[in-house]
Amino acid sequence: MAKHRSDDIAKIHRALHSHLPSEPALRVKALESLLVEKGMVDPRTVDAWVEIYTEKIGPKRGAQVVAKAWADPAFKTALLDDGTAAITALGYEGWATGHLEVVENTAAVHNLVVCTLCSCYPHSILGIPPAWYKLAAYRARAVREPRAVLAEFGVNLADDIEVRVWDSTSELRYMVLPQRPAGTAGWDENQLAAIVTRNAMIGTDRDLRTG
Amino acid sequence: MSAPDFVAPLAARDDAPAFDEPWQAQLLGLAYALTQAGVFTPAAWSDTFGAELRAAAARGATDNQSTYYEAALAALEHLTAGRVSDAELGTRVAAWRRAYQSTPHGQPVTLDAVNGDPETSP
Repeated sequence: MAKHRSDDIAKIHRALHSHLPSEPALRVKALESLLVEKGMVDPRTVDAWVEIYTEKIGPKRGAQVVAKAWADPAFKTALLDDGTAAITALGYEGWATGHLEVVENTAAVHNLVVCTLCSCYPHSILGIPPAWYKLAAYRARAVREPRAVLAEFGVNLADDIEVRVWDSTSELRYMVLPQRPAGTAGWDENQLAAIVTRNAMIGTDRDLRTG
Repeated sequence: MSAPDFVAPLAARDDAPAFDEPWQAQLLGLAYALTQAGVFTPAAWSDTFGAELRAAAARGATDNQSTYYEAALAALEHLTAGRVSDAELGTRVAAWRRAYQSTPHGQPVTLDAVNGDPETSP
């Protein structure tokens, strides 16, 4: 009996140490290895994407775009006119294969971005969407009760501020251009970019903090 | 307002990581590479992914990141079904499982480690 039990323990021990991935992890690995062998996908493209999106992009590029728009009126005009062309000129095209439309917050208008279908998002400038952006609750509530969603994120809008909700698709993705806060006159683009939050570019943040 | 799960706080998850496990990033990277290679379009991806998310919600799946990425995996398997058969995928999943189980901890896991598997021998 004792022998049997120690065999079991040894088996469990081996199983733990084999670090067997979860079923979905095995399925992804299997699918990728088959598609690579069939010549349908280049593993370097997959690896490069993973490296870039897990380590490098984040929302920093978006913050640079916003800072440049605040600092450079000609760039802002170009960005609002054709977001895709403006970010391409900065070398920020990529996964967001559709068009980018930048929508501007003003004293009278607040913009909020959602993807009601899945989670379309301007990846090439904002990285991977936050966990809440991918939830069914956000996809539904952003449209049905945007003010309540905003309040949950600490954005309490006066009744006379219009809320515009933009539904991203694979063809057309949106980014919010937040308002430049007071007290930032003379700041350079890097200083400005540092105060731009990811949520401000999705619309769940509004009044950016300067210190 | 009678469905507490549905109105679960969103902001509370603001600092949650975008990926809980590496395979989730690998999956999106693979989907991206397949759209780049023209195997399917970005629109087909979002339509199929959206349909899987709706199906998950209809089944009553918990509204969390795990459900989200499982729907993404289902969408990817659906979109590649014409290129990779269920049987082929099942065989390969089993081969990777055996490779992980037979590779000592700390060593790289490769399909070559699975001896005598005709599907995976070089």
